[in-house]
Amino acid sequence: MSPPAAPSCLTNAKSMYRADITRRLVRLLDREEAVIGGIGNTNFDLWAAGRRPQNFYMLGSMGLACPIALGVAIAQPQRHVFALEGDGSLLMQLGSLATIAARAPKNLTIVVMDNAAYQITGAQPTATAFAADLVEAARGLGITRSNWAADEEDFERLVQVARNEGGPTLIGVRLDNQPPAGQTERDPAQIRDRFMRGIGTKPPHPT
Amino acid sequence: MNDLFGNPKAPRGETDDAGSIAVPRPGTPAPAVVDIDAPARHARAKPGDRRETGMPQESPETSQPPTPAPWNEVVRDALARNDFRLVTYIPDNVLRPLIETVEADPFFTVFATTREEEAVGIVSGAWMGGMRGVVLMQTSGFATLPNVLASLAVPFQIPVVMFVSERGTLGEFNIGQALVARTMRPVLDALAIEHHTCSRLDELDFTVDRTLRQAVATQAPAALILSPLLTGGKVFKA
Repeated sequence: MSPPAAPSCLTNAKSMYRADITRRLVRLLDREEAVIGGIGNTNFDLWAAGRRPQNFYMLGSMGLACPIALGVAIAQPQRHVFALEGDGSLLMQLGSLATIAARAPKNLTIVVMDNAAYQITGAQPTATAFAADLVEAARGLGITRSNWAADEEDFERLVQVARNEGGPTLIGVRLDNQPPAGQTERDPAQIRDRFMRGIGTKPPHPT
Repeated sequence: MNDLFGNPKAPRGETDDAGSIAVPRPGTPAPAVVDIDAPARHARAKPGDRRETGMPQESPETSQPPTPAPWNEVVRDALARNDFRLVTYIPDNVLRPLIETVEADPFFTVFATTREEEAVGIVSGAWMGGMRGVVLMQTSGFATLPNVLASLAVPFQIPVVMFVSERGTLGEFNIGQALVARTMRPVLDALAIEHHTCSRLDELDFTVDRTLRQAVATQAPAALILSPLLTGGKVFKA
């Protein structure tokens, strides 16, 4: 079954390049914000955008970028936390948006990288290739600050608004089908240890 | 009103929507012998008392031997003593006294999640951010967790502590619960996750306290299975 045209609510949003969007996000981070990269290409492009000690790279546990980010946001209410999640991943754990809306952490922003496909497994279409709209879904689950980024500049504006005015916020980004710009090093214990030192839970490594 | 083991007191024959009833552990002392609703039982913990020491307290106003705290209060006090402030749960009739006990204590941040693996993700993030936490669930909910345990808690070395109210045994009335319960310990063993079955009130504080400490010290997830022998479980009311 070939997907029909994207829902009309999405047609005004530009299709953007995930690696570029991720680099734009990372460039805006000047307050040691935590970033949780969801499984797969979302994660790989976060890695490729430059290593930050405040980045957590999830391996496996598909769909849990938002719950992990919620946990960090609850533990550290003074630090802004970003969850980067793909459309397929978010569809797997939509209930987590309802939990986030119920807890309403001001310091949490979700960025949905929506290419309407399970790109890493052969670009099979996800439900967003048909009729599902994850920004509308987030609103329906209680995250009222939920918007599509019209283009790259609009994305940067939405990130600034989310960080300055408080959330929880969801930013939808329509993507083109370009491949990721790198691949995360798979060393879970080291990823976790660096992240905990990066967000001050453990002391920084002596240099 | 809770009985000695923390189960809500219900008149005989009162059943829940599922046609079942939470029953106290066999051998529960009659109320005439021990007034388990004495005000002292529900007083807030003070320095030096059970929350700090884990030891039963002498009752100052009577010569009765010290009354053991109900299981839900023992768990609450061990969590507080070890600074586990975040309690996530997927509700269950058997867990209800524990959920209500921690919700009544402002020390804890307590909320429900939509799925058990979501709760494991939240507790993992919170721990990395410096806040210790636990997940409360039922046996059938544990059965949804092997992937998140194998891909997040175990390899990333995150001490997610799981409290599982045990269904499927000692009077189970739902065949699905009986079947899925048999997957729990083999999954825990396959992932080399430390686990204990809590069936005795007199051992509960020691088991919970030491398990929480070991999970933190070894940076490893752990599971505490709450047996019907401890909680009374849930049985079909014929």
